[in-house]
Amino acid sequence: MEELSALELRDQIAAGKISSVEATKAVFERIRKFEPVIGAYISTHEDRALEFAADVDRRIAAGEKMGQLAGVPVAIKDNMCTTFGATTCASKILENFHAPYNATVVEKLLAADAVIIGKANMDEFAMGSSTENSGLKQTVNPWDTTRVPGGSSGGATAAVAGRLCFAALGSDTGGSIRQPASFCGVVGLKPTYGRVSRYGLVAYGSSLDQIGPITRNVADTALLLNVIAGHDPADSTSVDETKAPVSVYLQNLDKPIDGLRIAIVPQFNAGAEEQVQKALNEAISVYKNLGAEIIEIEMPHLDYAIAAYYVIATAEASSNLARYDGVHYGHRTENPRDYVEVYTKSRAEAFGQEVKRRIMLGTYALSSGYYDAYYLKALKVRNLIRGDFTAAFEKCDCVMMPVAPTTAFKIGEKVNDPLQMYLSDIYTISANLAGIPGISIPCGMDDKGLPIGLQIMVPAFVEEKLLRIARMFEAQTDWHMKKPPMNEK
Amino acid sequence: MADLKYKVIVGLEIHVQLCTKSKMFCGCAVEFGAEPNSRVCPVCLGMPGVLPVMNKQAFEYAVMVGLALNCRIPMFTKWDRKSYYYPDLPKNYQISQYDLPLSENGYIEIPLESSQTKRIGIIRAHLEEDAGKNLHATGNFSQVDLNRTGTPLLEIVTEPDMNSGAEVRALAVELQRMVRFLGVSEADMQKGHMRFEPNINLIITRGDGEFRTPITEIKNLNSFRALERSVNYEAQRQLDEFIETGIVMEMGNKTTRGWDDEKEVTVLQREKEEAHDYRYFPDPDLVPVELTQQWLDEIKSRLCELPLKKQMRYVQEYCLSDYDAGVLTADRSTADFFDEAVKAGGEPKRLCNLITQTGLKITKEKNCSINDLSVTPQSLADLAKMVEDSIISAGSAATIFEAMVETGKEPDVLAQELNLIQKSDAGELEKIVDTVLMENPQAVEDVTSGGKKEKKAMGFLLGQVMQKTKGQANPKVVSEILAKKLG
Repeated sequence: MEELSALELRDQIAAGKISSVEATKAVFERIRKFEPVIGAYISTHEDRALEFAADVDRRIAAGEKMGQLAGVPVAIKDNMCTTFGATTCASKILENFHAPYNATVVEKLLAADAVIIGKANMDEFAMGSSTENSGLKQTVNPWDTTRVPGGSSGGATAAVAGRLCFAALGSDTGGSIRQPASFCGVVGLKPTYGRVSRYGLVAYGSSLDQIGPITRNVADTALLLNVIAGHDPADSTSVDETKAPVSVYLQNLDKPIDGLRIAIVPQFNAGAEEQVQKALNEAISVYKNLGAEIIEIEMPHLDYAIAAYYVIATAEASSNLARYDGVHYGHRTENPRDYVEVYTKSRAEAFGQEVKRRIMLGTYALSSGYYDAYYLKALKVRNLIRGDFTAAFEKCDCVMMPVAPTTAFKIGEKVNDPLQMYLSDIYTISANLAGIPGISIPCGMDDKGLPIGLQIMVPAFVEEKLLRIARMFEAQTDWHMKKPPMNEK
Repeated sequence: MADLKYKVIVGLEIHVQLCTKSKMFCGCAVEFGAEPNSRVCPVCLGMPGVLPVMNKQAFEYAVMVGLALNCRIPMFTKWDRKSYYYPDLPKNYQISQYDLPLSENGYIEIPLESSQTKRIGIIRAHLEEDAGKNLHATGNFSQVDLNRTGTPLLEIVTEPDMNSGAEVRALAVELQRMVRFLGVSEADMQKGHMRFEPNINLIITRGDGEFRTPITEIKNLNSFRALERSVNYEAQRQLDEFIETGIVMEMGNKTTRGWDDEKEVTVLQREKEEAHDYRYFPDPDLVPVELTQQWLDEIKSRLCELPLKKQMRYVQEYCLSDYDAGVLTADRSTADFFDEAVKAGGEPKRLCNLITQTGLKITKEKNCSINDLSVTPQSLADLAKMVEDSIISAGSAATIFEAMVETGKEPDVLAQELNLIQKSDAGELEKIVDTVLMENPQAVEDVTSGGKKEKKAMGFLLGQVMQKTKGQANPKVVSEILAKKLG
C-alpha cells in the first residue's frame, strides 16, 4: 500500500478499496519501524490522525461529498501552526509552543479531509540546507543514512522519500523545498510568491517564504497545490485570484507543451559537480527528443544571488525573530535580573548557532549607516535578477538548471563552514528573489546511488505549465519510481 | 544682563488615537477599560506566523486629517518596521511609516487672543500601531496589558513654529476640535487619545551675540494644562540654565525630560539622546498603498468645514461674538445643528442665544449631544422666529425650548398650551395700564414730575403691567402705551 501515490490512495479510499484508517495505520506501522533511523518527525499525532481517518471513512460510507485529499495521510513541516501539538520550528525557543490557531494551509488540508499525521523536522526557523541546524533532532537521508536529507525541509522530504507519509508540505525561502527534494529523490515545488497563503507559516524571510508540496510524483504535487493555492484575506501578499486565477492543475497535466523552448545557462551550470551536470544534460536530451528547442542564455546577475539573498533574508529574519524574547511565550530564562536579561539570556540560551549568526548578519545589514550599502544594494540586485528572468522568459517557456551543485553530502561535512553550506542554494535562491515558481524533479543518480534533481523555473503564476513541463519528463523516465533502501535499526 | 532677550521655540509631536471599531492590523475591538488582555488575538499578540492586514478605515481617517492639515497626500505610501525591544511591544517592532508617510508639508491655523490666527507648519502625519501598557505592580514582577496594542495611531509632527506655552496649548486644543469635527477620534484626554511631546529651546540675544539653548523633549504629556505649563516651565528653566552655565545647543546634547504633574517641574530622563537605531525597513508583510485620484477626491468631498473656519465665518457673517462662535464650534453636532437651524430660517444671533444659553445647559445636564434632544433645527428656527415676530418674549422662548425637550411638541403648540403668547392688543393692554396707574399714584407722580426717579418709576410701572399679565404682555407695546399716557 505504501507504494501508492497520494492521488491513487485517495481514489482507492474513495472507491472503498482501502479505508483511511488502514492507510493511516500502515503509515504509523512504518514510522514505528523506520523513524528511529530516519528521524523525520518532531512530533507525530497518531490518536488524532486515526480519529480523523475514522471520521473520513464514516463520511465516505455515508456518501458525503469529500475533499480532494480525503483520507490521505500527510505530513507538514513544523513551521506551520496547528492547534494540535506543538509548533516548534525545530527551535528550543518554541519547543513547548502551542499555537492558538491553524495556519491557512492547515485549514485547507483539513477542509480537503487530509489526515495530518505529524510535523516534520527542519533546520531551526528554516535556516539551513541540511536539517543539521535543527535544535531538536537529526534527520538522515533515507538513501544513505550517513548523509543529510538536505534542508531546510529535510524532515518532510525524508518522510516522503521513506514512505513515512504519502505527501507533505514544506516551505522554501532560498531552496528549502527543492534542494532537499533533490537530495531525497522526490518532487518538490516552490510556487509563485503570493500563490499560497503564508498566514500561520512561522516567518523566516517574509518576502521570500513560500509553502509548497513535497510528493513522490508530479501529479501529487498538482493535487496538493490545488488544495493549498489561492488568495487569503489574512495574507495581504497573497495574490488576488481575479488577476492570477488558480487552475485545476491535474486537468491538463498529461498534455505536453507544444513547441517547448527551454533556456539553459551553461556558464552558471559549470559550478555543479560533473555528475550533476551530466544528469542535467541527459534530462535536457529527453526534452530535445520530445521536440523541445534548447536555447543557451546568459543571466549575468545570478552570480550575485547568494550575496543578495543572505542580506535580504537575514535582515527580514532579524526583525521576524525579534518576537522570541521570553516575555510572552516560548523559552524564558530562569531568574533574570531585569527585563533586559529576560531578552538577552532567553535568546542566548535557546537560539542555535546558525540562527544567531543570521540574526546578527541581518541586524548589521539594517543598521543605520550600513542600510544603503547592504540592504538597499541587495534590493537592487534582486531587481536585476528579476530583470534577468523577465528577459529570459521573452525567449523561452522555462529555464532549466541543477537544483544543487552536489548530491547529498555527509552529515557534519559542512557544519563548520557556513559559506560552503550557503553555496548549496546557489541554483535555487534566484527563484525566491524573483518570486517565480520552481520545481525539483528526480532526473538521475550519481555513482554513489544518490538522487539528482532537475530544476525547472517558469514565469510567475504559470504553475500549470510548469507542472506539465515536469510531467513531460516524468512520463519518459522512471527516476521518480526509485525507492531508497530502507533498513530498520 | 539687562539687554538679554529671548524667544521660545517649540515644535510638537502629537499622537492621536483614531476611533476605528477595530485595530490597525487585526479585527480586535478598540476598547478602553476592558479587562486586561481580553481584546487581543494572535495577530496583535505577535504570535509566530501571523500577518497584519491594513484597516482601510484607519487609513481613510488618517488621510482626512492629512487633508484637513493642508498636507500633500502622496499617491504611494508604504509601511515600515521600527525595531526596539520593550515588553509592551510583542513583536519587538512597531509597524509605522518612515520615509514615505501618507501626508506631509501642511499647516494648521491656530486661534490666538484677540481673534488673530497663526499658521503653524506641519512636517508630516503618518499612521502607526500603538503599543500595549506595562503595569508595574508591587512585587518582583511587571505585568503587560496588550488591549491597546495595535490601536491605530496618527503621529503628527509640527514645524518648530510655536513661541509660547499658550500657542502650544492653542494648537493642541485646535487639533482636538479638528479631529472631533472630522469624526476620526474621540480625542478624549482622560483615555489617552491624544498625547503630546514638545521639543523646546530658546534663541537668546545678548550684547555678545545670539545663542541657542540645547533642545529638550518632554515625553508623554496627556493634558492641555500639563502641556502648557511644562513648556513654560522648561523655557524658564533653560533661560536660568543658560544664564548660570552658558550652555548652548550642539550635536548630541539634546535631552529628554518628563513632567512631574504634582511638583509642576520637568525632570531629566535621558542625559544624551543616544543615537537610537530603529533599523527601519519596509515591512514585507504589507503591500504598499497606492491611491487613485478618484478615491482621494471622494475623501476630499467628505471633508466638512473645519471648526476654526466656521468660527470665523460666524463672527463675520452673523456678527456673533468670538466667544459665542467658539462655543458653537466646540463640537461638530452643535455647529451642524446651528447651521441647519440658520438654514431653516432662524435668526443667527437669536439661535445662538437659544443654543448656547438654554440648549447647551440642557445637554450638559443630560450629558448628551444636542442631536439627542427631541428638537429639530427646524423647530428651533420656528421658535426663534416667534421671538423675532414678538409672538412670544425672549424669556418665554427659553421656557418653551425646555418644554420642547421634555415633550417633543412644536413651539407654537407649546406657546398656546403654556399660555405664553404675548398680548399685543393695545385696547386690552390699555385697560390693564389704566388699572396699574390708578393703583400706583406715587410712581405716576415720580414719572410725570421728571427728575432722577423717573426712569426707575417707569420701570416699576412696566413691571406691574407684566405681573398682571403674567408676563404675556408685549413689553414694547406696554412701554408705548405708558409713554403715551404719562407723556
